[in-house]
Amino acid sequence: MTALLLALLALPLAGAAATLVPALGGRRALWFGVAVTGADLALAVALAAGFDLHRPAVMQGVTNVAWIPALNVRFHVGVDGISLPLLVLTALLTFLCALYSLKKLPSGGSERAWTGLLLLLTTGMLATFAVLDLLLFFLAFEIVLVPMYFMIARWGGENRGPAAFRFILYTLLGSAVMLLGLLVLGLKAGTFDMTALAANHGLGLSRGTQIIVVLAVGVGLAVKSPMWPFHSWLPDAHTAAPTAGSVLLAGVLLKMGTYGFVRVLIPSTPLGMHTLAPYLGAFAVVGILYGSLACLSLVRPGAKGDLKRLIAYSSVGHMGFVLLGIATLTATGVNGALFANIGHGLITGLLFFLVGAVKDRYGTADLDALAGAGADTGAALYGRLPRLGGLLAFAAVASLGLPGLAGFWGELLAMLGSFQPAAGLSRPTFVTLMVLAGLGTVLTAAYLLSVVRRVCMGDPAAEPPAVAKAPALADVQGYEAATWTPLVVLTVVAGLWPALLLGLTTPAVKALLGGS
Amino acid sequence: MLTVAAPSLIQSVDWAAIAPPLVPAALALVVLVADLFLPPARKALLGWLTVAGLVASLALLVPLRGGHHRTFCLPSQAAQAHVPVSCSYVADHFALAFQLLVLGGALLVALLSIVSVDEDRLPAGEFWFLLLASTCGAALLPACRDLASLVVALELASLPAFALVALRRDGRGGEAALKFFLSSVTATAVTLLGVSFVYAASGSLYLDRIAAALPNVPDQLQPLTAVGTVLTLVGFAFKTAAVPFHFWVPDTYAGAPVPVAGYLSVVGKAAGLSGLAAIAVLGFHSYGRDWGLALAVLAALTMTVGNVGALRQRADAPYSAVRLLAWSSVAQAGYLLVPIAAAGYGASAHAVGATVAFALVYGVVNLGAFAVVTSAGARLDEYRGLFSRRPAAALAMAFFLLNLAGLPPGVIGLFGKVVVFRAVVDAGMGWLAVIMAVNVVIALYYYLVWTARLFQSAPDAVATRRRVPGALVGALALAAALGVVLSVDPQIVMQLASGSLFG
Repeated sequence: MTALLLALLALPLAGAAATLVPALGGRRALWFGVAVTGADLALAVALAAGFDLHRPAVMQGVTNVAWIPALNVRFHVGVDGISLPLLVLTALLTFLCALYSLKKLPSGGSERAWTGLLLLLTTGMLATFAVLDLLLFFLAFEIVLVPMYFMIARWGGENRGPAAFRFILYTLLGSAVMLLGLLVLGLKAGTFDMTALAANHGLGLSRGTQIIVVLAVGVGLAVKSPMWPFHSWLPDAHTAAPTAGSVLLAGVLLKMGTYGFVRVLIPSTPLGMHTLAPYLGAFAVVGILYGSLACLSLVRPGAKGDLKRLIAYSSVGHMGFVLLGIATLTATGVNGALFANIGHGLITGLLFFLVGAVKDRYGTADLDALAGAGADTGAALYGRLPRLGGLLAFAAVASLGLPGLAGFWGELLAMLGSFQPAAGLSRPTFVTLMVLAGLGTVLTAAYLLSVVRRVCMGDPAAEPPAVAKAPALADVQGYEAATWTPLVVLTVVAGLWPALLLGLTTPAVKALLGGS
Repeated sequence: MLTVAAPSLIQSVDWAAIAPPLVPAALALVVLVADLFLPPARKALLGWLTVAGLVASLALLVPLRGGHHRTFCLPSQAAQAHVPVSCSYVADHFALAFQLLVLGGALLVALLSIVSVDEDRLPAGEFWFLLLASTCGAALLPACRDLASLVVALELASLPAFALVALRRDGRGGEAALKFFLSSVTATAVTLLGVSFVYAASGSLYLDRIAAALPNVPDQLQPLTAVGTVLTLVGFAFKTAAVPFHFWVPDTYAGAPVPVAGYLSVVGKAAGLSGLAAIAVLGFHSYGRDWGLALAVLAALTMTVGNVGALRQRADAPYSAVRLLAWSSVAQAGYLLVPIAAAGYGASAHAVGATVAFALVYGVVNLGAFAVVTSAGARLDEYRGLFSRRPAAALAMAFFLLNLAGLPPGVIGLFGKVVVFRAVVDAGMGWLAVIMAVNVVIALYYYLVWTARLFQSAPDAVATRRRVPGALVGALALAAALGVVLSVDPQIVMQLASGSLFG
């Protein structure tokens, strides 16, 4: 276990370093990326197989050695029921992205640079979910920024420069404040060890300190998540990012924020979280409603809505559910949040792949160009590209939370937790929040179904502008099928067999919340 | 050996302790004389001689690593048995760390200069003499423990620096040197006034005796003492280029030969900073609340002004790269002052360790950046597409810039900022921490823009393969290797940030 986890982290880092060798140029670099991320996925699966399912609340595969004794920083990594699914998801998505890039690397830079950045990004993402030291967590949190910045700025689409800058500056401003919060937490508690902090449950930290820590660290995590009103970097970044960048951004990077709430703030500063939970919940629900309304306005005919931007806004809404689940501070809610994390990673990852495929075929993701600006026109993917259309419809209904698919359980549990929040939290407030979130699910269904209607349905004979320009198009290709199948399968599996995930997270969440 | 008899009159000298600053001083004279006898074609030897001397000087730090050497001590007398022995020169860990920074920094600068002296046709003998003399002063300064030697060392570090700035012969150097000189002399005068006030109030020039005397100063002398402490610190603040003593920096850096600008930004700054830290923490600690707050405000202003100045640099202006580094070095001086302010405010002198650690990190990565600027050009526009022309230099530059910004993979730059943050959080100065956090993000912007420019596609990709001189490659490789090693094992430098450095 220990060796597996270390190898999981070291492999992509070594791979990234290896891409500095000039001999590894051209397509060889892309194959190299596939090999490394594939091996990493195998390691992650082996890690999951070796994981002791009877003790998911216990850190397993722990390495704990001194790294910088002067700063009390220890190289402390481990995996439990909360981090394991996220590690596997990350390894899976990076592998799929590497596979996808093999065929569909947008122009912008050399293949070698792309592979190096992808592997560096992988290192940072995996490390974030595996480390158990506050400063190491911060370091891992920051590692992802530079590669993602270059992915957007070099390989992105229109308006990529400003979008990339917005992404990195927003996140950095958040993380600078977060660093202060982490330092206050570590210095006041006398340890930077996350397991020790979690075991203490805020013992010895005054209420005031805890509130300051939650505010400071929370801002950094909220920017990343993103929580309304700190979300405004997200739509631009997603719209400009290349497909693989969007997938990883939505599928993994956003989860780092919510993971931080669960891993750091809930166990270490329970009093502070308790005080601020209603506000977190309120912001989360505003995010849900705001995201859905923004999507509804984008999907209107004649609004010139970009599909990628629409899915980005829908992420704001979905992450709102995750944050709401966290804000309830109950085992049910937090479990729901973690489930929704994974569900959103799978489904939105798939959606971005699909929209990327649409954009590649038609050269645009503009809904009006694709579907025509009329009230009853559509791109008619069902008729023209039936498989792609079917998959898009599948991903859309999964995203709106159809029971039986991965999107359902997380949001249900988050709302359930909100119906019966933790002791001491105002129940009327949370019930109100739940009702509003429920309204959000309706709005979500409305815009996603509109997307399906405008993109998938329509008269194949009538030709909207973008469609007219690109007459003969191929349906789902082999490499696309290979990339998307795992996501589709996992979406169904997680929807039909939620106990698989919940069994992992429940004991760990209970331990973090301090119950039983 | 000469000092056997009459111990009450003659001080014994611990030659090993003073060897590191002494070697550059002796070498400076050797270089000056040798310059007269060397034919012009062989002048390059002087540069390599300097490099060798600095390496030797660095090696002489090794036997001192215990940190127990001290010399030029007042002979203890029976009548004053209760007074601790006061020494003018103490090679404790604080001094050694700064000497390592100064001598190592000078070594890198010397490697860079070997090319510049040749290309800019600077007078070789004079250049190396001035560089070594200034290095000697800067290396002397951190070990000095009385106000008189501190001021002398500060002047020894500064005066040759004016001349170094003026050496460039295209007219820009003269103006820059004059600006530098006039403002520096004013600062020195103010410092001397402050020193005289402190002497009047405390009756001693030794820092430890001043520290002992200041809490017992009679009431009517209190204002005089307070004014004296602040004025004394002004001169040292000038050398660190703290606001409002920063205005000389951009013009001076742009006017000086590029390696000299690097020298000023690291070695000159280290000298001022070490003096400031030693005086403030060792001498004036009882007034810590006063100067702690003053320094904190100064630090906040310095980093803000520096960053705003750096933000305003236009990429197509001449010398914009050097100017940007100059302004950013003003901002970094602000970060460097933060732990000293925290030490005054939070009552723990340990905080100064954060300054030392951050200064070492900054020295390595900033000189690395200057090394690339020396070889790649002084205008920001020239960096567009550097990666496609010279990938190694571009990658090294990206690494240095990300370190300066404090972003992974520049791990050591990140931890350098973390120790500074830790010191200020420890001292409970929340407002300063927040101002610094905002500043760090502002700085990230311009470092990132520069980094991004390296990887842009060049407008007209003319693959001009110019051979880069070996000394330059050596300096670059040295700085990059140090940066990577420190990033893998930050403990090497971060251990300075824990525990007391003063012996």
